[in-house]
Amino acid sequence: MRYFSPLIAALLMLLSGLLIFTVLGKNPGIAFHAFFIEPINDFYGLGELIIKASPLMLIGVGLAIGFKANIWNIGAEGQLAMGAVFGGGIAIYFNESTSVFILPAMFAGGIIGGMFWASIPAFLKTRFNANEILVSLMLNYVAILILSLLVHGPWKDPHGYGFPQSVLFSESALLPVLIEGTRLHAGVIISFAAIGVGWIFLLKSFIGYQLQVSGLAINAAAYAGFNYKKMIWIGLLAGGLTSGIAGVSEIAGPIGQLLPSVSPGYGFAAIIVAYVGRLHPGGIFLSSLLMALLYLGGESGQMNLDLPSAVTGVFQGMLLFYLLAADFLINFRIRLKSNPSLKGINS
Amino acid sequence: MDSNDLKVNNSTLAGAAPRLELRDMTKIYPSVIANDSIDLKVAPGEIHAVLGENGAGKSTLMKAIYGVVKPDRGEILWEGKQLDIINPAYARKLGIGMVFQHFSLFETLTVAENISLAMDNKNDMETLCEEIITVSEKYGLPLDPKRMVHSLPVGLRQRVEIVRCLIQKPKLLIMDEPTSVLTPQAVRKMFETLRKLSQEGCSILYISHKLDEIQELCHTATIIRAGKVTGYAFPANETSASLARMMIGKELPVCTQDNPDLDGKNRLEVRCLCKTKSDQFGTNLNDISFTVRSGEILGIAGISGNGQRELTNAVVGEWLTPKPDDILICGKPAGHLDPGQRRKLGLGFVPEDRLGRGAVPGMNLMYNYLLTTHHHNLIKGGLICFKKAARFAKECVSSFDVKCGGIEDQITSLSGGNIQKFITGREILQNPDLIVMSQPTWGVDVGAANVIRQSIIDLRNKGTAVMVISEELDELFEICDRLMVIAKGHLSPSLNVCDTTKEEIGIWMSGMFPGGPVESMN
Repeated sequence: MRYFSPLIAALLMLLSGLLIFTVLGKNPGIAFHAFFIEPINDFYGLGELIIKASPLMLIGVGLAIGFKANIWNIGAEGQLAMGAVFGGGIAIYFNESTSVFILPAMFAGGIIGGMFWASIPAFLKTRFNANEILVSLMLNYVAILILSLLVHGPWKDPHGYGFPQSVLFSESALLPVLIEGTRLHAGVIISFAAIGVGWIFLLKSFIGYQLQVSGLAINAAAYAGFNYKKMIWIGLLAGGLTSGIAGVSEIAGPIGQLLPSVSPGYGFAAIIVAYVGRLHPGGIFLSSLLMALLYLGGESGQMNLDLPSAVTGVFQGMLLFYLLAADFLINFRIRLKSNPSLKGINS
Repeated sequence: MDSNDLKVNNSTLAGAAPRLELRDMTKIYPSVIANDSIDLKVAPGEIHAVLGENGAGKSTLMKAIYGVVKPDRGEILWEGKQLDIINPAYARKLGIGMVFQHFSLFETLTVAENISLAMDNKNDMETLCEEIITVSEKYGLPLDPKRMVHSLPVGLRQRVEIVRCLIQKPKLLIMDEPTSVLTPQAVRKMFETLRKLSQEGCSILYISHKLDEIQELCHTATIIRAGKVTGYAFPANETSASLARMMIGKELPVCTQDNPDLDGKNRLEVRCLCKTKSDQFGTNLNDISFTVRSGEILGIAGISGNGQRELTNAVVGEWLTPKPDDILICGKPAGHLDPGQRRKLGLGFVPEDRLGRGAVPGMNLMYNYLLTTHHHNLIKGGLICFKKAARFAKECVSSFDVKCGGIEDQITSLSGGNIQKFITGREILQNPDLIVMSQPTWGVDVGAANVIRQSIIDLRNKGTAVMVISEELDELFEICDRLMVIAKGHLSPSLNVCDTTKEEIGIWMSGMFPGGPVESMN
């Protein structure tokens, strides 16, 4: 049943979407076409789908590693921003350079940035037992504000007419386009690779096993002698690592410069992706495609149906809500009334 | 029925008007027939034993009476009236109380809150607390209603379950393996409680596999094997052997014991270990020193909650001691090593909590096998060698006769006895130089308990040093060479089993031994 609940959730999300479209006075058939078919009915659209899914699957896999051990990294959005800051800093600093090492250096910087940001909740949790959910969540806002500060200040493009954005990256700091006629960039290769590596790590490696034991039964992990502090570090740093890479992939891929906002909430959406994918890399791959479609559908809905941009968030929210409800209701039964058969006994 | 027959009397029980009658009770699960046309009668005031191995269907039958399980066929007659017991609340309304084998307490609540949850008419907490104190003292099972359940040792948790039933003045009390965590004196006291209840007219269904207890306490017995009734008996008229034959279908196996190796090397040495408790309901360890040599079994007796948890945690490395030299494993200082490192020195450990500590619920047998055996070349380049792990897990399943569909089975689908056989097998097959076993047969059926005890003895004969922490004196006397008693964090001097008696150990368990807590208070 565990594997059915994402399907149930997706189905209920679609049905509720139908209802919302109807209430908003849109023809449900047309709205559905615009939302779910239109964005991907050509080659370019499919490319866009994968571009959007790429950071989601990458971050989703990283987060799943922590989630397996009940380590709740909610800070992927901030870790992504920090990855973009570190990677983007290198691109800006070496803007004149044409070296082939720029791109690898950016990714190294992004990894360091993302992991550095994730190491803060890891340190505070292992040292002071601070709740990693709150720490990582709050650090999102810090990271996003740091990025914003930089592009409004020292890293602002001097020829950018005062807009809060960095210079456009040089060719050597951009990811090559893979297929002509699309925007599909080389970053997606990293994401696909991450699915494979994550699959081995989570299902075949001993560390993955230790993480899973820690998540299922913390006392059994202590009994076996697994070091829980190490699990906390691994769990959080894995999320930081993939988020940092995703941040660099975004700025070196579709964006091409640093902006005050480099992600439309990928770090948060990836939490949903990881759960809808049942923390399994294969599932995460599929759910990242679904989530990417919601992003594209939301954009298409804005253009073709005059829907507000919040519609993407509505669909994401419904998906998570129905998933949690389905998980819960598969295991529990709701009983509205007290049991009638007991009444006779009281007298 | 004639009301004169209601008096409790062994010879007239068969004819008394039953408080509870079961007819043709049948419960079929997809893979097994748990109960097959079971008939059973319990008269008012009768103490009726339900005897059978784990997995024989006793628990299913009791759950059907208590409304947890819905039978597929059959009738339940309560005081002559046929009814459907649809849920536990209804059963409690009728006056049926049940003490579960696996505790059904909420750990994050207090004793009183737990008891209040099972009460159908809510009173205020203060009244309930007073009531708990009165009832628990009346029946000789004193309890502090304000304590948190998570801080209680198993023995006291069971007491909460019993008091929770007694407070509702039940007409029928179902008790599932109630004495396994009590001292002989406490068992006797509980028997008085049960006899008193019986004289007050309360019927008792007493589930156990301890034949001597059943013979001492119970008026009548129904014996179940593989879901079917194999006999009704008056236990007082039977011998242990004849009851065992009805229960397991063959003679009760006996453990064989060789003479201990008297000059084995020290495999475990604990030196003047002191440890301050980590939470308010823990126990301080008080200057504990002892050794375990190869080729001997040292038993640590004591009522749970007297420092056993602290002592085992210190020995196996879940708590690190102040100095590395406080604990020597096979001659090497180990006080600073974690459990994994101590395993590499040759330590094996079977903890008292099976699911959640000794085994991981939610994982299958193969993954559970890997939990403590991974350092035996089962990891190559950071990856798990699945084929090898599966082969070893299969070997463990077959050599310890773990009843399961295969190593792909979830550990939670096994019965308690089979989980314990699996964990014990996993630890023993690693050929440890030293093994620590905490409550090795707690709640395990006779057959499995015998397999486990025999394997402990075989291990000792091969030269392993064995330390057994148990509350079951019968077991300790059956397998151990030496005994020590732990009380309030003090460890008694060591006694050779052949030089002592259960009575002496029972007295020591209450703290009255040379250098014990009673002496040090004066």
